[in-house]
Amino acid sequence: MTPVIVVGGWLGAGKTTLVNHLLRQAQGRRLAVLVNDFGDCVIDAELIDRAAGPADVLALAGGCICCAYGADLLSALQRVQAREPAPDLVLIEASGVALPQAVVRTVRLDRGLAVDGTVLLADASTLAAQARDPYVGDTVRAQLQQADLLLLNHVDRASASVLAAARALQPGGVPVVDTVQAAVPAELLFGLLPRRQEQARDSDAEASARRPLRPWRPHSAASEFTSELRRLAPPVDLQALQAELAMLPGLLRAKGFVHTADGRRWCLQAVGRRVEVRLHPVGGPSPADDVLLVVRHRGSG
Amino acid sequence: MSPTTIYTARRILTMNPARPEARCVAVRDGRILGVGDLDELLGWGPAAVDERFAGQVLMPGLVEGHSHLMAGSLWRYRYCGRFDLADPDGRVWPGADSLEAVIAQLAEAAGKGGAGGAVVGWGFDPIYFGHRRCTREDLDRVSRERPVGVLHASGHILNVNSAALDRAGLLRSGIDHPAFPLGADGLPTGELKGPEAMLPVLAQVGLERSFLSGDAAGIAAFGKLCVRAGVTTATDLAATLGDAELEALLAATAADSYPVRLVPLLRMIGMSPADAVSRAAALRGRSTERLRLGRIKVVADGSIQGFSARLRWPGYYNGAPNGLWYTPPEAIRDCYQRALEAGVQVHTHTNGDEATALALDCMEAALRARPAADHRFTLQHVQLADAAQFRRMKALGMAANLFANHHYYWGDQHREVTVGPERAERMNACATALREGLTLAIHSDAPITPLGPLFTAWCAVNRLAASGRVLGEHERIPVAAALHAITLGAAATLHLDGEVGSIECGKRADFCVLGEDPTAVDPRALKDVPVRGTVLGGRVFDAAREAV
Repeated sequence: MTPVIVVGGWLGAGKTTLVNHLLRQAQGRRLAVLVNDFGDCVIDAELIDRAAGPADVLALAGGCICCAYGADLLSALQRVQAREPAPDLVLIEASGVALPQAVVRTVRLDRGLAVDGTVLLADASTLAAQARDPYVGDTVRAQLQQADLLLLNHVDRASASVLAAARALQPGGVPVVDTVQAAVPAELLFGLLPRRQEQARDSDAEASARRPLRPWRPHSAASEFTSELRRLAPPVDLQALQAELAMLPGLLRAKGFVHTADGRRWCLQAVGRRVEVRLHPVGGPSPADDVLLVVRHRGSG
Repeated sequence: MSPTTIYTARRILTMNPARPEARCVAVRDGRILGVGDLDELLGWGPAAVDERFAGQVLMPGLVEGHSHLMAGSLWRYRYCGRFDLADPDGRVWPGADSLEAVIAQLAEAAGKGGAGGAVVGWGFDPIYFGHRRCTREDLDRVSRERPVGVLHASGHILNVNSAALDRAGLLRSGIDHPAFPLGADGLPTGELKGPEAMLPVLAQVGLERSFLSGDAAGIAAFGKLCVRAGVTTATDLAATLGDAELEALLAATAADSYPVRLVPLLRMIGMSPADAVSRAAALRGRSTERLRLGRIKVVADGSIQGFSARLRWPGYYNGAPNGLWYTPPEAIRDCYQRALEAGVQVHTHTNGDEATALALDCMEAALRARPAADHRFTLQHVQLADAAQFRRMKALGMAANLFANHHYYWGDQHREVTVGPERAERMNACATALREGLTLAIHSDAPITPLGPLFTAWCAVNRLAASGRVLGEHERIPVAAALHAITLGAAATLHLDGEVGSIECGKRADFCVLGEDPTAVDPRALKDVPVRGTVLGGRVFDAAREAV
């Protein structure tokens, strides 16, 4: 099953910047990107050219994939899966007015896809005002409630009081990552996607994941990340592992492939607070060993 | 000198207050040379006098300011509506008064359509059949093997049978989606609520996507419907206007035998406001006599009966949560400002009053940044606008096109379920709009309700709901005002009132030919005034024989 990440958030929050950032980090991973907003900020065509093949950008003819044009989303997703070679990850950039949960539900109608989670971007400098807006406030607040992981973007543009007001809107239990220019470690969204041998210098997915991430935003020590690749000895007790993940402080992203005692292979993954386990098809792309990638806030114990 | 034809008529209603009535109208080069007495018109020189309309009443060709070409395309499929309806060739298809009758109609269509293909119906409105929903088991009685689908009148719900669901891979348990209601067996009931659920199944039931925009056959059928309704200028209010669609429209309307002037508006979807405005401005240059391009349609919110319209406090009468924004407010504002700059007109769908409020705010901001006179940006439907909103529209130079037909078909449901009695009485407030001095049009939104401006005028005059209840007596308007709204009023919302909408010297020779005088009949019978045909640019189209 091809993993899907839904990227939501109001206009100007930095959704397209994030997509461009991820394309830059693709390093041979084949990303299919479905864009839906047609704002001033566009997908960087040069990045797509450079990625030549790995990245696949498909413009959706539809302003709002949450409602009237959800069907275009489904047919676009079918086209994406039919491509050769098949994508490793599908990124759906939802429309600014879309409710991510509606997008997730529609994606779930396609049995070839698995939703990893919803990453919501918010503009720290405008979020509080947007959430109070008489027209769009309810939509903005509903979007926040539907996030698995919140990227509070443009924190450099927000004064202390504005930033505090934005933080106050953080839904309970949803981890927040502060960002500038939507720059996050690629693993945060990619999880354990293998890099492609033909494109990447460093072909081994495990090696790439094992390599420590550079401290992320050097100007703010508080928002660094740690990325850790655990090797697990099969058979794995799935329930115990899920429970451990759920208790792990500062968990932002996890993705792993493990064997249980009955010999079955499972994909275990989390985006923010959502931890999920699904049966991994025989022969599906995954590392050979039982491994688990965990991305956390540094200093979270 | 080009030949002149003088048509005599029992009565000519000109809609020009300076000369409201006449007996003769002279036509040269497809335009009106003059209207008046025979003696006056012969002053222009020799003319052939044509008496074919001597027993008829002429009005300006009617203008439908909000319709869709799909109204023509749908006739490829079996009509399953509640009320009798005439097809493009004038054959009347009887309404179905029960679910059983709908199933019988579909079974009949299945018998005709050969063995293998899908069976498709449209115009279905089970709201009239009580509370029981139509299920796939109901439609399985039409066929177990062939896919069967019936599209609701709203256009937003599709009911299908088990075979159609199965072919789409959706006859399975575990579906968790609000658009797929599940039965007691955990399987979808076959009711597909909204385009996101409908469209994956459409191909299975033989409804091609192209039926939405109109291919050559659909464009031709739409033209025939217009002749039967007395319409000579009609909008297609949500066109994608891609290159292929544009070529189809140019080809169809190039023929002199095409009976209607089409005004397709480019829907701003899947493109930035900047791209929409530049595309519309470029399209303007491709306009022809019978194809007028260069306007934009924006959809702000959803529908009231679908609970997707954005309502102001206190929201829906039944407590349903507020609706959805279909276009980001920022994009609407941006589009308005760019369009003002480029001289491109924008029509905006706002059903709920919060959507109307937003459009007004966007207009005000855009005008502050880019002042413009006589832009006539038009709000479409504007069903819940109150007097204060109409005053603001007037002050901002906007026009209104109200959905008068809605009142008849769904007024009872609005009263009981969606907005409650008080606001149902002020929905589509034609009298208030006129009192506040707005340019006013009224529309059918065909195929959502049938194309027929005289019926639309009847709705605005009588404000009867299907139950027979008068809903909002104070918002009824006089016959003369309603006739203005379906001629000059609608033309003015398109900046075409200098060209069409009244019968006077210099304008296009566009007429609606009537068997009776709509100003003389009982206002309750306005909808029954027979339409004999039309004249477009001097060419006569007979409703009974299509083209003469």
